Amino acid sequence: MSNSHHPPAPSEAELRTKAIEALLIEKGLLSSDVIDRVIQYYEQDIGPLYGARVVARAWTDPAYKERLLRDATAAIEELGYVGNHLRVVENTPQVHNVVVCTLCSCYPWAVLGLPPSWYKSFEYRSRMVLEPRVVLREMGLELPEEVEIRVWDSSSELRYMVLPERPAGTEGWSEEELARLVTREAMIGVAKVQVPAPVGGAP
Amino acid sequence: MNGAHDLGGMHGFGPVVREENEPVFHAPWEGVVFAINRLRGWLGYSIDESRYAIETMPPQQYLASSYYERWLYGVERNLLQKGLITREELEAKLAYFREHPEAAVPRREDPARLAALERELRAPARFARPVDSPPRFQVGDAVLTRRDQPRGHTRLPRYARGRRGVIQAHHGGYIFPDTHAHGRGEHPQHLYTVCFEATELWGASAEPNERIYLDLWESYLEPAA
Repeated sequence: MSNSHHPPAPSEAELRTKAIEALLIEKGLLSSDVIDRVIQYYEQDIGPLYGARVVARAWTDPAYKERLLRDATAAIEELGYVGNHLRVVENTPQVHNVVVCTLCSCYPWAVLGLPPSWYKSFEYRSRMVLEPRVVLREMGLELPEEVEIRVWDSSSELRYMVLPERPAGTEGWSEEELARLVTREAMIGVAKVQVPAPVGGAP
Repeated sequence: MNGAHDLGGMHGFGPVVREENEPVFHAPWEGVVFAINRLRGWLGYSIDESRYAIETMPPQQYLASSYYERWLYGVERNLLQKGLITREELEAKLAYFREHPEAAVPRREDPARLAALERELRAPARFARPVDSPPRFQVGDAVLTRRDQPRGHTRLPRYARGRRGVIQAHHGGYIFPDTHAHGRGEHPQHLYTVCFEATELWGASAEPNERIYLDLWESYLEPAA
């Protein structure tokens, strides 16, 4: 007899989640539409595009950049983004910043959405404070010893975002064009912002 | 506490592996667990309590669990501790769904709650609080972190205990997690960002030209010589 019509047995986690959800709904503590909407909001409504726009604004408006570095929570509110206790740290040719949460997974949701799994991994959490230059090299970012690395371990409710360096060759670009270049990896500090190579290869 | 969660500096983990185009949730149950924990304010527990609950996972289990399995553990523990569900209810519901795998979670709609949620999702989470006493430290001060080993919740990781650093910033008063995680009140303290030279933390094993920054509450710190 074929088992093709029987779905795989639920995992223990799936089963426990189901039981807890059912109890909370039956007791009126939460409702189905509320649970669905939370999931939808974090899947679809927030994400790194917010941070990218903040970066693009900072690159093109020096006064905004100064406000962002001084009081990031207020500065992102100017663009309509609401967040908790944000600090923005600026990358320069001499200083490279990178963010981690060794104790759990604290991450600047307000500007980046929910973190990727690698940021929450034991590999990243254990190694980024100990050997950032090696880890960054493994992740594709080579930083010479002359560049100071600053690792921000997010141990409080302050949330950290990196203001990456603006890449060369983007003079005169619009904010929208610039924002499209900015990845969440650059805003965590594990990558630099790149101008993509032209289609068809370099001349 | 000195749990498995306190991972900074631990050896044995390999390269950071990145998944291309990874979904926010890898299975629907992860989204549900996330949503329940996100609504902990409505359910009656704090972010500090949610973190501590996960930290209490036995180390072997912590290291063998996925991210949202750890969240599930914490959610279950907090719901039971707050009396929102009982152990008997949970066991009965688990038994029911094991016997009837095709049974669905009941659906209930609550338009008023849904409207309140939109405000909640966009409301800033604010943990800053006024503190009566003036700050003990100012930017530039040398400080030594405490060396004691609290069994409860703390945000001073093991790798930075008994270490000398310099105050890089002062942020005013914030809820103190070490009491708040145990239902013992907010007791806000002055919060500082402290800068540690990598050599101070890792000795000769440190990579050159690096600094590590941690946000630390005033009671974690003493003046350094």
